[in-house]
Amino acid sequence: MTIDEIAVLGVGMHQWGKFPGKSFVDLGVDAAQKALSDSGVEWGEIEFISGANTVRNGYPGWVSASTFANALGFQGCQLASSYAACASGVTALSIARAQILSGICDVALVVGADQVDKGMFAPVPGDRPNDVDWLRFRLMGLSNPAYFGMFARRRMALYGDTQDDFAAVKVKNSNHGAQNPNARYAKAFTIDDVNASPIVADPLRLLEICSTSDGGAALVVSSLDYARKKGITDPVKISGISTVSPVYPNAIIDMPYFASDSWATAGDESHTFKNQIAQHAYKEAGITPQDLDFAEVYDLSSAYELDWYEHIGLCGPGEARNLLHNGDTTLGGRIPVNPSGGLGAFGEAIPAQAIAQVCELTWQLRGDAYGRQVENAEIGMSINYGMFGHGSSVIARK
Amino acid sequence: MAKIRVPAVDGMFTMDFDHPRLIGGRGVSSQSYYFPKSLSGADPRCVNDGEREEVYLSSVGKIWSYTSADYPPALPYQITEPFEPFLICAAQLQEEELVICGQMMPGIDINDLDVGMDVKIALDVLYEDDEHEYIVWKWDLV
Repeated sequence: MTIDEIAVLGVGMHQWGKFPGKSFVDLGVDAAQKALSDSGVEWGEIEFISGANTVRNGYPGWVSASTFANALGFQGCQLASSYAACASGVTALSIARAQILSGICDVALVVGADQVDKGMFAPVPGDRPNDVDWLRFRLMGLSNPAYFGMFARRRMALYGDTQDDFAAVKVKNSNHGAQNPNARYAKAFTIDDVNASPIVADPLRLLEICSTSDGGAALVVSSLDYARKKGITDPVKISGISTVSPVYPNAIIDMPYFASDSWATAGDESHTFKNQIAQHAYKEAGITPQDLDFAEVYDLSSAYELDWYEHIGLCGPGEARNLLHNGDTTLGGRIPVNPSGGLGAFGEAIPAQAIAQVCELTWQLRGDAYGRQVENAEIGMSINYGMFGHGSSVIARK
Repeated sequence: MAKIRVPAVDGMFTMDFDHPRLIGGRGVSSQSYYFPKSLSGADPRCVNDGEREEVYLSSVGKIWSYTSADYPPALPYQITEPFEPFLICAAQLQEEELVICGQMMPGIDINDLDVGMDVKIALDVLYEDDEHEYIVWKWDLV
């Protein structure tokens, strides 16, 4: 099963950070204008806008495609707005790809942006005792960092990982991100900096848990024919997208659930969602983990990045810390992970984050990742997942 | 006068303080276990027969993992000021092969916990108002 490819003609990002004077629309429009300019496609030529929604900015955020289209100037193109939590960006991209590959449109704009209050994410307000996302807070104060803490502690028990191993991930990513003008944090943190920050969710410290950020990212994507007609002979190509759901039973408690599925009658303990997301992306692209030159993974926490090494097949269970300490996943190593700096350097802007990952794939594959370039990058993967079970992964190639 | 004890949520645990049990579900055809009974995702083998019978789950398990909440969780968590950090535990039930989260009972030191330790279900006050104590399940050391 390989799927026809589409071309990435342009990418754009608004810097990540806190921008209280701006709205999410400002950030999304800024990213969209940069992507259009990067692509050489005029706004009036865009035939389809796929918006990744934000649920924290009122109604305009729930209809993000029309919000962005209106801000850019309504020109009558087709629209779709979608929400899939942290997977929203890739869901929006997958809809654009389906439109392009089915011939409904030739060129599309994918946009996501967010602006959020400071502090930990909270569930949507209201009284909803039938919503597990509401119940996990109400019944046990199970906030997002608590999941990261439990996953990290589990690694320590199963594999002998240490708090210093986790801190070393943050140090690596902040070193990568210090070279990235779109990152929120320019500082290259040391192990001592990490260890001096307070514990949030034992064994993880404040500097190891991704912050909530404002940011915006956009892509101009098209059919390969359209790219050729535009005179772009060798664009970056998207060769696989994964938006799969988990396969029952999920033996790991993923957000927002406070219980796993039972594996008493089907499956086993190794049956986890994150593996399945990567497997589908590899299948679509017709490649294996050995073909990757780099990866952008969702380091919601420092320890979480190590989980991804294993889930995407860079190494076997428990071997992630060896890759880290060998320098394999550092820039200049065998398979750099998060050359952008990842969430450790950006924080998380939910609907923009998966799009930002594809921006980084594109810059790396073009050789335009100044100061953080992966040498001879030909194939890259981005991966994350959206709460409640939305898979999200992209494989792009030169 | 003693406050009235009420469950913080209906239908997830028994209010028997001496021998509390979590109330789960079991697929009538697949025999799959669920917790909570009706809010957890379905076994796809049961697409034409999703009926779940109510079952009491094992009252003991082994620590799968644990963490601390050193910062106050967001609403709708109910905080009595000043905020007291607490521990969270995920415990694996052996027979059901299912992992369930809950707070640890107060007074337990995180340094006394290890993955694999035996824990049991207990009931405790989650928060209170002038007339009621709202009760929830927690994990306790055996």
